[in-house]
Amino acid sequence: MTLLSQIINGIQIGSIYALVALGYSMVYGIVKLINFAHGEIIMVGAYCAWYLIARLNMPAWIAVFFAILLCVILGVTIEIVAYKPLRNSARISLLITAIGISLLLQNLAQLLFKADPRMFANLFPGSKPFLGLQLTNATLVTIAVSVVLMAALSLMVSKTKIGKAMRAVSEDKAIAELMGINVNTTISFTFAIGSALAAIAAVLYCCSYSQIEPTMGSMLGLKAFVAAVLGGIGIIPGAVLGGFLIGVFESLTKGFISSNLADAVVFGILIVVLLIKPTGIFGKNRREKV
Amino acid sequence: MREPVLNVNNLGIRFGGLQALDDFNIHVNNNEIVGLIGPNGAGKTTVFNLLTNVYAPSRGSINIEGVNTMGSRTHGVTKAGMSRTFQNIRLFKNLSVIDNVKIALHNGIRYSFLESVFRLPSYWKQEKKATEKAMELLSRFDLDRHADSIASGLPYGAQRRLEIVRALATDPKILLLDEPAAGMNPSETAELMANIRKIRDDFHVAIILIEHDMSLVMGICERILVLNYGLIIASGTPEQIKNDPAVIEAYLGQQRGE
Ligand SMILES: Nc1ncnc2c1ncn2[C@@H]1O[C@H](COP(=O)(O)OP(=O)(O)OP(=O)(O)O)[C@@H](O)[C@H]1O
Ligand SMILES: [Mg+2]
Repeated sequence: MTLLSQIINGIQIGSIYALVALGYSMVYGIVKLINFAHGEIIMVGAYCAWYLIARLNMPAWIAVFFAILLCVILGVTIEIVAYKPLRNSARISLLITAIGISLLLQNLAQLLFKADPRMFANLFPGSKPFLGLQLTNATLVTIAVSVVLMAALSLMVSKTKIGKAMRAVSEDKAIAELMGINVNTTISFTFAIGSALAAIAAVLYCCSYSQIEPTMGSMLGLKAFVAAVLGGIGIIPGAVLGGFLIGVFESLTKGFISSNLADAVVFGILIVVLLIKPTGIFGKNRREKV
Repeated sequence: MREPVLNVNNLGIRFGGLQALDDFNIHVNNNEIVGLIGPNGAGKTTVFNLLTNVYAPSRGSINIEGVNTMGSRTHGVTKAGMSRTFQNIRLFKNLSVIDNVKIALHNGIRYSFLESVFRLPSYWKQEKKATEKAMELLSRFDLDRHADSIASGLPYGAQRRLEIVRALATDPKILLLDEPAAGMNPSETAELMANIRKIRDDFHVAIILIEHDMSLVMGICERILVLNYGLIIASGTPEQIKNDPAVIEAYLGQQRGE
């Protein structure tokens, strides 16, 4: 029983990691950037939803809508203002810029909202019996929403015009452009999708963990990043699998070994992956083209 | 009826100390096949790179059907009606054969992202039409049975044909072929060359064909331009080119050098 409930807990947090990991992975796939500011998008989404619900008493669904909108605008703006001018520079410059943006957003949030944690009221209170367990509605909604979003995303990427454009741009920008694809629009769109998923992940996360603080994005973001690397960064199904695996590992460690070790296990996994198969579970072992 | 589709004047580019192309002029009418030949390093591929704005020309003017494409983005050049293939094949290697074609086709399908969300039924109808169109193009080049294979898994000759299909899928008015037969075996080469006139007739495109082998070009092209060291050294009918002393010198000189 406890094993099953730990696994379900793992799937729940894992699906949140997966949603965030998708943002890392898609962005990496298309601009070869590890977008360290992605975690902060989660934080912004959480604060936006919290502010609109707790302070302005807006209905939850409107607050969630605006949180998604704000994150999309923020994600796309960061790309256009900070990353696009560096697209042809050394990758380390991009990476440092991303870290800079991340720190900027974190400190901005501290300035605006103070460093103390705020309480986020669960939007899905209550629980339901399931396979002999009592599962919270937040857990069920989180898993259901994530699965639907991931299915929709994979359908979009494989079947639609914009999805094909994304794959084309991530493979060869010059040729994509010669096929009439607007590369800039496609990159913006990728950031928009990643940021929207991060906003949704933020709300789902807050419903189960109830606290938000300016630094919440860094740990969540890092774990999702580990998930993306585990699955194979740049590969969409890899991000999903990696997310679920990290969630379940973490949850089992918490349940059966020690809560204090959970983070160590997650980052231990990163080290092992980097040592054994740096390209991740779905990654092809090939040399990087320069 | 012959109308000009491409007008290029005084095109040039320097790479550091190397004047890779200078004072290049070309005028191509619709449904015309023009050959662009010259020894290794003459600047043939550079011409294509400049026409498609892969490199920004140092000077000159480019006009596609009256639209000035100098300085426009590469995707703008494609929309203006120019499309090309590459000397070293550049397919989307990890995508399926049909997706390679559909990506190019989508350029001609006008729907925005919002439309695709809010008008799902017509969106899927368009998708279906794109799939049908892609299959039609693929079967025209005997590639339909490979439609769902990954592009990099195709035999070499088939990859070259797929590049042509993909270029045609953008619905060009002028098609640039950069050594389309390079690396093909003799029978594949003969088949492709025989096909080029049919491509022109079926798709109503003008074609600029880069080819190393003079005899191949002679049979197909109505007009030929010869480049050497970035300069046009001769232009005219195949007959004129064949007997041009400067051309003979350029080719023989090169053979001596090799
Ligand atoms: N990006 C570049 N940077 C520097 N030099 C270049 C560049 N592209 C081409 N060149 C040089 O310009 C000259 C012309 O090259 P180009 O590729 O156009 O020749 P080509 O006629 O296509 O030859 P080939 O028959 O070998 O394909 C060569 O000397 C080449 O080294
Ligand atoms: Mg060449």
